[in-house]
Amino acid sequence: MSSIVSLPDQTTARIPKRNYITNENGIMSWLLTGDHKRIAILYLISITFFFFIGGALAGLIRLELLTPQSDLMAADTYNKVFSMHGIIMIFLFLVPSVPATLGNFLIPIMIGAKDLAFPKINLLSWYLYLAGGALTLWAMISGGVDTGWTFTVPLSTHYLNTNVVTTGLAIFIAGFASIFTGLNFIVTIHRMRAPGMTWFKLPLFVWSNYAASILMVLGTPVLAITLVLVVLERTIGIGVFDPSKGGDPILFQHLFWFYSHPAVYIMILPGMGVISEVISTFSRKRVFGYSAVAFSSVAIAVFGFFVWEHHMFIMGVSNYSTLVFSFLTMLVAVPSAIKIFNWAFTLYKGSITFETPMLYAFGFMGLFTIGGLTGVFLGSSGTDIHLTETYFIVAHFHFVMVGGMLMAFLAGIHFWWPKMTGRMYPEKISQLAAVVTFIGFNFTFFPQFLLGMLGMPRRYAAYPPEFQVLNVFSTAGATILGVGYLLPMIYLVWSLKYGKIAGANPWQATGLEWQIQSPPLTENFVEIPVVTQEAYDYEWLDRQKEREVTQVG
Amino acid sequence: MDHISPVIWQFLVKWLTNFAVIPPEASKVAPQVDALLLFMTLVSLVGLTLVILLVVTFSILYRRERNPVATQIEGSTLLEATWTIIPLGLFLVMFVWGSVLYFRIYTPPPNAMQMYVVGKQWMWKVEHPGGQHEINSLHVPVNKPVQLTLISQDVFHSFSLPAFRVKREAIPGRYTTVWFEATREGTYHLFCSQYCGTAHSAMIGQVVVMSEDDYKKWLASSTSGVSLAQNGERLFASLSCTACHNGTPTARGPNLAGVYGSTLTLTNGQKVTVDDEYLRQAILNPSARITQGYAPIMPTYQGQISEEGLFSLVEYIKNLNSNYRIQQTTTTTELAPAATAAAVGTKGMVKP
Repeated sequence: MSSIVSLPDQTTARIPKRNYITNENGIMSWLLTGDHKRIAILYLISITFFFFIGGALAGLIRLELLTPQSDLMAADTYNKVFSMHGIIMIFLFLVPSVPATLGNFLIPIMIGAKDLAFPKINLLSWYLYLAGGALTLWAMISGGVDTGWTFTVPLSTHYLNTNVVTTGLAIFIAGFASIFTGLNFIVTIHRMRAPGMTWFKLPLFVWSNYAASILMVLGTPVLAITLVLVVLERTIGIGVFDPSKGGDPILFQHLFWFYSHPAVYIMILPGMGVISEVISTFSRKRVFGYSAVAFSSVAIAVFGFFVWEHHMFIMGVSNYSTLVFSFLTMLVAVPSAIKIFNWAFTLYKGSITFETPMLYAFGFMGLFTIGGLTGVFLGSSGTDIHLTETYFIVAHFHFVMVGGMLMAFLAGIHFWWPKMTGRMYPEKISQLAAVVTFIGFNFTFFPQFLLGMLGMPRRYAAYPPEFQVLNVFSTAGATILGVGYLLPMIYLVWSLKYGKIAGANPWQATGLEWQIQSPPLTENFVEIPVVTQEAYDYEWLDRQKEREVTQVG
Repeated sequence: MDHISPVIWQFLVKWLTNFAVIPPEASKVAPQVDALLLFMTLVSLVGLTLVILLVVTFSILYRRERNPVATQIEGSTLLEATWTIIPLGLFLVMFVWGSVLYFRIYTPPPNAMQMYVVGKQWMWKVEHPGGQHEINSLHVPVNKPVQLTLISQDVFHSFSLPAFRVKREAIPGRYTTVWFEATREGTYHLFCSQYCGTAHSAMIGQVVVMSEDDYKKWLASSTSGVSLAQNGERLFASLSCTACHNGTPTARGPNLAGVYGSTLTLTNGQKVTVDDEYLRQAILNPSARITQGYAPIMPTYQGQISEEGLFSLVEYIKNLNSNYRIQQTTTTTELAPAATAAAVGTKGMVKP
C-alpha cells in the first residue's frame, strides 16, 4: 500500500523548540491561558475523561442486558446508569467533542487568525464546562439521577427522589460553555479571516462548525429555560408543566425537543466537517461540489429547527401538525444524502490512500448512511408509531452519534494529532483500531435494529426472554467496541513521547494549519498569511513545494 | 461440532429456527405498516449498496498505485441535482405513505368498541364498559374494531402493542385515543414503552385476542356486576351533579341528556364539539368553558374524582338519552329530604 505520509528525516528532525506547548511552563500557565490551542487540549483531556466514564456506564448497561432478568443491578440502579450514560455522553462528550477540541484548535488557524475573537470567554467556557461536569459527577456520586437524559416531566418534577435539581443545574451551566464556544466561533469566522480568505475559500470544516455554532447559540438558551422551569417546578411548584395547576406536560416536550433535535445537528455537523477535510486530503482532490456541501450544512442548521415535533408523533399532537413536521423531517434528510454522495464522488478520479483517518472516514460514511436512512423510518409518521420508543431508536441514534460523530471525532483526532502534538502515532496499530471499532460497532448496534423491529422497548432493565440472543450479540459486540476505543487511548499517549517526529505537513494537506510548524507557535503565524488559493487546491500546494525546493536548492 | 459447547449450540439452533425480524402481524393495520417498512428497508438497502459500491469501486480504481495523480473536478450540477431529487422523491413517497397510515391508525371508526385505559406507576388498568376491570392485560374480540381512550394518572406512559403496530402515549391530564382491529387470536405483548420510573420494565402485560364466543364468555365471567355507566350514574348522584344538571326548565346547569357529540356554543361565542376530553375538562375545570346562557357557578372537581371515576362519568353521560332517571332521583330527594344521598344512589341504580 502506498502512502502519502512524508515525515522529515528522523535522525535530524526535532520538535520546534518554541511552540504553544513549550512557550510557557507550569500548571498555572495552562489554567490561565487564553491560547485557543491550549484550551483545546484542556477540553480534549476533559472530554476524554468523561467519554471513558460514559463508556464504562455503557458497559454496565450491556452487562445488565446480557440476561433477561434484572440481576446484575436493581432496576433503580439500571435507570440511574442509563440516565447518567446519556447525560454524560450527550452534554459532556458529544456536544463539545469536535467543536471545543478540534474546532477550538483549528478554526483560528484555518482562517488565518492568531486566536479566537474572545480568548477569555473561551477559557471561561472551559471552566463552565468543568463546573457542569463536576456537578454532574457529584450528582452521580451522591445518589445519582434516574430521569433519563430527557428530564421528562412530571416524572422528573414530582415522582423521583434523586438529584434532579443538581443535574439540571449542572447541564444548565454546561450549556453556557456551549453557547460561549458557538458565539466565539461565529464572531471569529465573521470578523477575523485573513486577507483574501473569502467565505468560499473557507475549508468545509469551518463551514460546518459555523452552522453548528448558530444552532448552539440559538438552541441552547431554550434548553436552559426548560431546565430552569423544571427546577422551579420541582422546588417551588410553579406549575407550568402540571395539569392540575393548569400547566401542560406536553409544553415541556415541545421546549425540550426544540433544543434537543437541533442538538443532534450540533453534534453531527462538526463531524461532517472533519470528514470533508479527511476525504479531500487522502484522495488528493478538491471536495466534489464544494458549495453544495457548504450550503447543505447551513440547510441542515436551518431545517433542523423546524422538525422537533417528530419526537412527539405518538403524544397526542394534532394529526395535521404531524403532517407538517413529518414533511419537514423528510426535507432535512436530503442535505445529508447530498453530502454522502458528494464525499463518495470526491473519490472519483482521486489518488486514494488508506491511512487511519481515511479508514475512520469510510467507517463514518457507511455507518452514517445507515443511521440517516433509518432516521427516515422514524420521520415517516406511520412507521414511527411502531418503531419509536424501542431499540430501533436506540440503534438509530447510536449509528448517527457513535457510528457517525464518534468515528468522525476519531478521524479528526488521528488526522490532526501530528499537528497538535508534533508526533505521529504507530500507523499499523491505529489502522487496526479503526477496523476493530467498525466491526465492534456493527456487532453492538445492528442487532438493536432487529430488537426494535420486534418491539423491545428501550430503557428496560428486564425484558422478555425471546429477546436474549440479540442482546447477547449486542453485548459481545460492545466488548469488541471497548477494545477499539481503548487502543487509540493507549497508542496516542504512547506517541506523545515515542512517536516519530511529524514535521509541518505529514499528509501533504492544503489547509493553512498544515503550512505552519507542528506544534504551532502560540501566535500561530509569524506573519498573517494572504490567501490567494482556493480551499483544497492541491496544485497550489505542489507549486509551493517546488518553490521551496528551488529557493532552498 | 464438538468444539462448540452444546449449550451454545442448542441456543443458536433454537434461535435460528425461531428467527424473526418482525413481530406477528395480528391486526388489520399490521400488514400495511409492514409493507411500508419493507419498502423502506429495500430503498435503504439499495441506497446503502450504492454508497458502498461507489466507495469500494473508486477506492480500487483510483487508489494511489493505479492513479498516482488526481484529476481535479469542480463538481457537477447535473449529478448533484440527481442525488438531490431522487432521494427527495423517495422520501416524499415515504412521507405520503406514512402519513396515510398515521391517519388510519389514529382515526377510530365510528362503530368501534370503546375501552378505557388508565396508566399509573407501574400498571395498566383497563375498564370495559360492561364493568370488567383488568390489570396489565387486555381482552379483545377478534375482527372487531376496538378503540382505547388512554390517560395517565401520574407520569407519561406509553401503551405499546407491537403485534398490532400501534402505540399511544398515556398522558397526565388529557385523553389520547388509538384503535386497532385484531385479526389473529392469540396472546401478544403489551409494553409500557415510555420510561416511567423504577419499575418501568415491569409495566408489561398481555393482550389476549379471543374469538367472539370466547370473548362473550370472558365478559360474562369477569364482570363486576356494575357497568361503567352504572358506576357513573352512582357518582353523578353522590357528587350532587343532579342538583343542577337535571334537565328541568329551572336547572342551573345545562341539560346533559344527548349532549355527547353535539356542538355547544360557549359564552365567548366559540363552538365546541362535546367529546370525552371536553367532558373531562368540564368536570375538572368547569369555569374554563361555560355554555352560553349559564353562569360560571360550577365548582371544580379537581382532585376529588379518580381517573377511573372520570371514565365512568364520561361513559355515563355518553349514554345518557333522557333525564327521566335524574328527575326521579331529585324528586325522591324532595319528597323524602331525610333520605341519605347514599340511599338515593342505590335507589337510582336498581330502578329501570
